[in-house]
This record gives sequence, C-alpha cells and structure tokens, in this order.
Amino acid sequence: GSGGFRKRKHDNFPHGQRREEKENVNPSSPLMTSFKSFQLELDSRHDKYERLVKLSRDITIESKRTIFLLHRFTSAPNGEEILNESEVKLDAVRRKIKQVAQELIGEDMYQFHRAISPGLQEYVEAVSFQYFIKTRSLISVEEINKQLIFTAEDREETTNKTSDSHEKQPHTWSLKVTPVDYLLGVADLTGELMRLCISSVGNGDIDTPFELSQFLRQIYDGFTFIGNTGPYEVSKKLYTLKQSLAKVENACYTLKVRGSEIPKHMLADVFSTKTELIDQDEGLP
Amino acid sequence: MSVSDMFAALQGALGQDQDIREEIRKVVQALEQTAREMLTLLQGVHQGPGFQHIPKKCQKAREHFSTVRTQMESLKTKFPADQYYRFHEHWRFVLQRLVFLAAFVVYLESETLVTREAVAEILGIEADRERGFHLDIEDYLSGVLTLASELARLAVNSVTAGDYSRPLRISAFINELDSGFRLLNLKNDSLRKRYDGLKYDVKKIEEVVYDLSIRGLNKEATAGAGGEK
Repeated sequence: GSGGFRKRKHDNFPHGQRREEKENVNPSSPLMTSFKSFQLELDSRHDKYERLVKLSRDITIESKRTIFLLHRFTSAPNGEEILNESEVKLDAVRRKIKQVAQELIGEDMYQFHRAISPGLQEYVEAVSFQYFIKTRSLISVEEINKQLIFTAEDREETTNKTSDSHEKQPHTWSLKVTPVDYLLGVADLTGELMRLCISSVGNGDIDTPFELSQFLRQIYDGFTFIGNTGPYEVSKKLYTLKQSLAKVENACYTLKVRGSEIPKHMLADVFSTKTELIDQDEGLP
Repeated sequence: MSVSDMFAALQGALGQDQDIREEIRKVVQALEQTAREMLTLLQGVHQGPGFQHIPKKCQKAREHFSTVRTQMESLKTKFPADQYYRFHEHWRFVLQRLVFLAAFVVYLESETLVTREAVAEILGIEADRERGFHLDIEDYLSGVLTLASELARLAVNSVTAGDYSRPLRISAFINELDSGFRLLNLKNDSLRKRYDGLKYDVKKIEEVVYDLSIRGLNKEATAGAGGEK
C-alpha cells in the first residue's frame, strides 16, 4: 500500500545528495549575511524585553510591599514614620522605573509596553494609595508622570549602564504612564481602599468608612462614565470595582443602623464577624 | 482637579484613541482588498497555462503595488509617527501578507529572496524604524515564511505542468532559506510557530525532487535548461 511506498521512499532517500545540498549553502551569500544581521537584531530585542520584564517584576514586588506597609498606617500610632518609610520605598521603585526609562531611550515605548505594563499598574496603585492617605484625594495621571522625569544627577547608576551606547543622549529621561495603565492601577486601588475601610472599622474609626464610600463612589462614577470607551481590561475591572463599592456601602449602612444601638466599644466586635464574611467571599491572598 | 474632571479628561483621551483606530481600520480594509486582488492574480501561476504568463502576471502585480503605496501613504497620516507599535496590531496581518506578495513577485522574476530594504521600497515604507513608518523585522520574516509554503506548492504544480527544472531551483532556494532561519533564536511566539511549519515545506519540496530524480526527470530538465547543475 501507500504506507509501504512511503517507507521505502524514505529509506531510499538520497541522503548523500541531501547533505551535499545543505553544504551547498554558502555561509557568506547575501541571504545568509542578512539573516545573520536579523539574528543580532532579534536577539538584542529579546534581551531588552527580558530585562524590562525583570524590572517590571521588581517594580511590582516593591510596590506591593509599599501597599502592605501603608495598610499598617491606620492601625499604628506612628503614622508619620510609616509615611516616610513608604516614601523611601517608592523612591526605590522610581529608581527602577528610571532604569526602565533608560532602556527605552530611542525606542518606541509601545513596542515593549507589554513587558512593563504590570509593574507600572502596581506602581500607580501604590502611589495613589499613599497619595490618598496623605491628601484624601485621587492623584492625577499628570501628577504621577511628573514624578517620573529623571535627570542624570545621581551618576552611580547611569555611568555603568548607559555610557556605552547612549553617551550623547539628553540627560533627562521620562516615562509616561498611559491612561489605560493609570485606569487599571486606580481600579486596583479601590480594592485596597475597601480593605482599608474594613480594617479601619476594626480599629473603631467611624469616620473613615463614610469618607471612603464617598470617594469610591466618585471613582465608580468616573469608571461608568468611561464605560466601554476603554479597552476590555478596563471594563473587566469595573465588575470588581462594583463589588468593592458594595462592600464599603454595606459597611457604612451597618455602621449607621447598628451604630445608634450598640455602644461604641462593641462596634469593633460587630464588624469583625462581618469582616470575616467579606474576606471569605473575596478569596484574596 | 476633581475626580470627575480627571475621568472626563481620560475619557476624552480614550475617545480620541478610538477615533484613530477607526480611521486606521478603514485604510487597512482597503489595503486588504488590494492584497486579495493581487493574491488572486498571482494564484494564476499555479495553473497549467499560468506558467507561460509569469512575467506578465508579475508586471500586473507590480501595478497593484502602486495602489498599495498610495494606501500606505494615507495610513501613515492616520496616527502620530512615533506611535507605530501602539497601533501595530491593526496592520500587522495585512503587512505580512503584502511582504509575502512582494517576495513572491520578486522570486518569480529573479528567483532570489527579496531583501527587507527592497520590500520596504516596493511597499513605499521605510526599512528603518528611525525614519518613519517601517517594516518590522518579524513581519518581514513572517511574510518570507509564507513564501516558503507557496513555493512548496509551486514546486508540485510546476511538475504537473511539465516544468521539471523549477522544483530543483526551488529546492536550493528553500534550503538556503532554511539555513538562514536556523541562525535565528526565536522566542515562543507567532513567528516561531510559523517557522515550525517551514520544515514541512522543505520536506515537501525534497519529496518532489526525489520523485523527479528516481525517474531521471531532473537530468532531462537540467539538460534541457542548458545544464545548470
């Protein structure tokens, strides 16, 4: 049958000729020369991408730690200290972002956007959380970008990394957080604010939840205003945002209703049971 | 600035973005139309009588490329020049298709691989990112891989049409292409997937060459063609 034929065909294949043909490929033909240059180009592009992914991961981790630190703010008496510490941490994150900006000198940022986007979103989340704790308002995307303009003053890093290839570049770099990264970061922020709300009740703070519900409602209204103008990821976050808002609103409701009946010192107990419930169905780490 | 003002500003930015994408989509649709027409035209070479008309078909295809160039010109005006990769996805597919068409025409004319610079010139774009709307290297390579599978098909059909020398030349060409691609370290992305298909094209052509050689048809062909080997 045809199977046997195929097999025979394979056995009879003139291997000698085949090998000869492969050797016939002249390693210095125009085609091979151009493919060698393609190899260089692709390799350097992939290397850069990998470096950016690594930086992005570092940025994510440091930003997450900053957020954890800031959650301690409400419960601790030494608020000033924690804020200062978070500022130090965020400065470290910004130094990483500076490295990202240096990698992107002369490149089209969007070519590597997928590598750095997760880190930038996490940074937006951390920075806006800190800003909220300090000022009780939402940081604007312009404000964030203002902090991401770097100059070559601190030489220790710039010399070893960029001197070889970018010697004559202007000595300021900037990185712009795109509107979409900003929106996704802010959407994540609302989750943190929800946690902040619940834990502040636990600490017997009755005012913060109401303030937060007001603030979250503004953000929610903002997101509904954008609606489906934005990309798919933004609309996906809208669902989680709605859940966070509902939790905060319910918390406020309970405070209002029960608060008039229960003595203040017992409120925390009422809420701690409530908190467990919320944590359970959220399933967050 | 209040929260609602901020979101209004963001919405404005996103809305503008959508308008740009809409504009790009329109031009890309026109490009796709042109590419389809060219493809139909060039598919003619696979049919028996088509082999005699290859130069004429190439000629006609070249005329289509001038339409492509004007369409590219209009595409360039639809978005800020430094945001190529922001909208890259929209024209990526059609650009790869056009690279293939250009490479096919050039192969049929001269039996060589079109260079990246030459494709860029045929399409009326730049080979270098610094100079404006350019041809991304991965798109170029993808287009070249499409050429390989088209040539595998051409090898089969040229035997059917009685042209026994062409498969040998295609075989040499594909082998060189294969060695070229082997130099690249590809990531696990779409280009890599396309490249994985190349070995089947190589195999197919080798089978055709084999079929010809056991029947002594290749000797006849080379003798007829003036002893190329």
